Amino acid sequence: MHGLNHIRLSLQKSAFAVEVNLQFNAGQCLALWGPSGSGKTTILRAIAGLDPALNAYINIGGEVWQDSSRSVCLPTSKRSVGFVFQEASIFSHLNVEGNLKFAVKRNQKSLSGEFFESIVRLLDIKNLMPKFSPQLSGGERQRVAIARALLTSPKLLLLDEPLSAVDGHKKDEVLPWLERVRRELAISMVYVTHSLDELTRLADSVAVLSQGRIVTQGNLLEVLSSTGDHFHRDSQDSSVLVEGLVSQSDPKWHLVQIAFKGGSLWLRDQNFKLGQTLRVKINASDVSITTELPRQTSIQNVLPGVILEIRHLNHPSERMVRVDCQGFVFLSKVTARSVDQLELRVGRSIWLQVKSAALLK
Amino acid sequence: MQDVIDPSILQALLLTTELATLTTFLLLILGAPIAWWLSRTNNILKYPIKALVTLPLVLPPTVLGFYLLLILGPGGAVGHLTQSLGLGTLAFTFWGLLIGSLIYSLPFAVQPLQNAFEAIGPRPWEVAQTLRAGPWDAFFSVIFPLARPGFYIAGVLSFAHTVGEFGIVLMIGGNIPGKTQVVSTQIYGFVESMDYAKANQLAGLMLLFSFLLLLPMTIWGQKERNKLSV
Repeated sequence: MHGLNHIRLSLQKSAFAVEVNLQFNAGQCLALWGPSGSGKTTILRAIAGLDPALNAYINIGGEVWQDSSRSVCLPTSKRSVGFVFQEASIFSHLNVEGNLKFAVKRNQKSLSGEFFESIVRLLDIKNLMPKFSPQLSGGERQRVAIARALLTSPKLLLLDEPLSAVDGHKKDEVLPWLERVRRELAISMVYVTHSLDELTRLADSVAVLSQGRIVTQGNLLEVLSSTGDHFHRDSQDSSVLVEGLVSQSDPKWHLVQIAFKGGSLWLRDQNFKLGQTLRVKINASDVSITTELPRQTSIQNVLPGVILEIRHLNHPSERMVRVDCQGFVFLSKVTARSVDQLELRVGRSIWLQVKSAALLK
Repeated sequence: MQDVIDPSILQALLLTTELATLTTFLLLILGAPIAWWLSRTNNILKYPIKALVTLPLVLPPTVLGFYLLLILGPGGAVGHLTQSLGLGTLAFTFWGLLIGSLIYSLPFAVQPLQNAFEAIGPRPWEVAQTLRAGPWDAFFSVIFPLARPGFYIAGVLSFAHTVGEFGIVLMIGGNIPGKTQVVSTQIYGFVESMDYAKANQLAGLMLLFSFLLLLPMTIWGQKERNKLSV
């Protein structure tokens, strides 16, 4: 899976023009993020050729699907694409097995039975084979849809908010399997979502859209920490992502340390290996600020930093403080009274205490 | 049977069945692409074409028959063409009847098919494309099975409507025994000549015949619908 995916589109929607230029490495997951109506679905449909853009250049790992300058525009059925739609799209006249075989039969490559079995196992749908769409739960339907798309051996998998039609508490019937697909198949993906949880668990890079244009684009961690704004309009669950390597372990207390750009953090050991990459989410409400290095504290993770910005939140009692720790930006949610009492101001050096971190992958 | 029933009645029955079967078969083939296009397009031509297809529903059959007679007859455009090809004219022939029936029953095939295609929506078609199915493949392996109830209804209605037509077959066919005389025109002939016994016999037979033809198709159609709405 070498090479680059390059997608340049320009098309006119009734309300605005969509103009995007996206590049990401083959095998990576690019998330399209933005409010509804910002053109995310339009972009996916144009990539798949369902509503081709008038002016486009689409090169997926060396395969040119569309090049308007040379009047090349492959029909959808000739693009090596997998598409998982928002709502269930299982053919109702076929059972699950029939739906999967539909894809297998039309795959240009001759698939080994082993590959079929591995996809079925990967998405854990073996016992669903004889069932028809109405007998499946929302989560099961999406897993079948993902398996069916994978069985076409796509070079690019497009997912249009695949969890939006799945009930809140049933999302766990799909998300872990999507993470498994990410881990075990090095397949390029474009993933449309407006869930921060899905974004942080699946994406490598992200493009933030507004009115058909890309506001910011890049590596997920960098975009998330530099432009928290796009992701936390309500600021109630603001967080930052930290990706780092397991640098040492403390078997006595069952802890491991991960090292990242801004320092290091101790986490609960869950049989991690040294050198393994971990991604954790740290909520702003789990980060507190002290003006002196705390010596007597139960909190294991204390990091030095400098205040970059103090922002007002919806509730007048709350403030969001952005803190720079050696180039890595943390968020801390504190009360306005603390800001006053501790005399916090932009440029002041402080210490951050990180109470907990949630492991993502 | 032949002792009891007049051979001309059997002849008319046979011709009616032939005409209705052929009409239904051709209408499903012709109606499907028209209905498909109507269900999918945003083209401005959609509305005039839809109106044109629906026209036979509101026009008196005699009006349609009259125009067809003019067009297919020796002085008409199609008449000229068929004559120059050495086929004679189509007016007062079985093929003329067939053309009349096709036009007359067209809305009864197109409407249920269009409804069925619209009920399916664009998604299954799009899904099929993303699974590498080309247009023909997608139509026959996804759209056709999903729209089967619509095809049943279209078939039953086209057949029944063709059996029941009168004005147009009288105009274009001319009620020639053994050639263009179908059951409906023959009943009219019997009544005209005051032969109420034969008219009664034929009308009764027709009633039974239509009912027995429709019954299995409606049962079948219901089963299909149940299967799809599981």
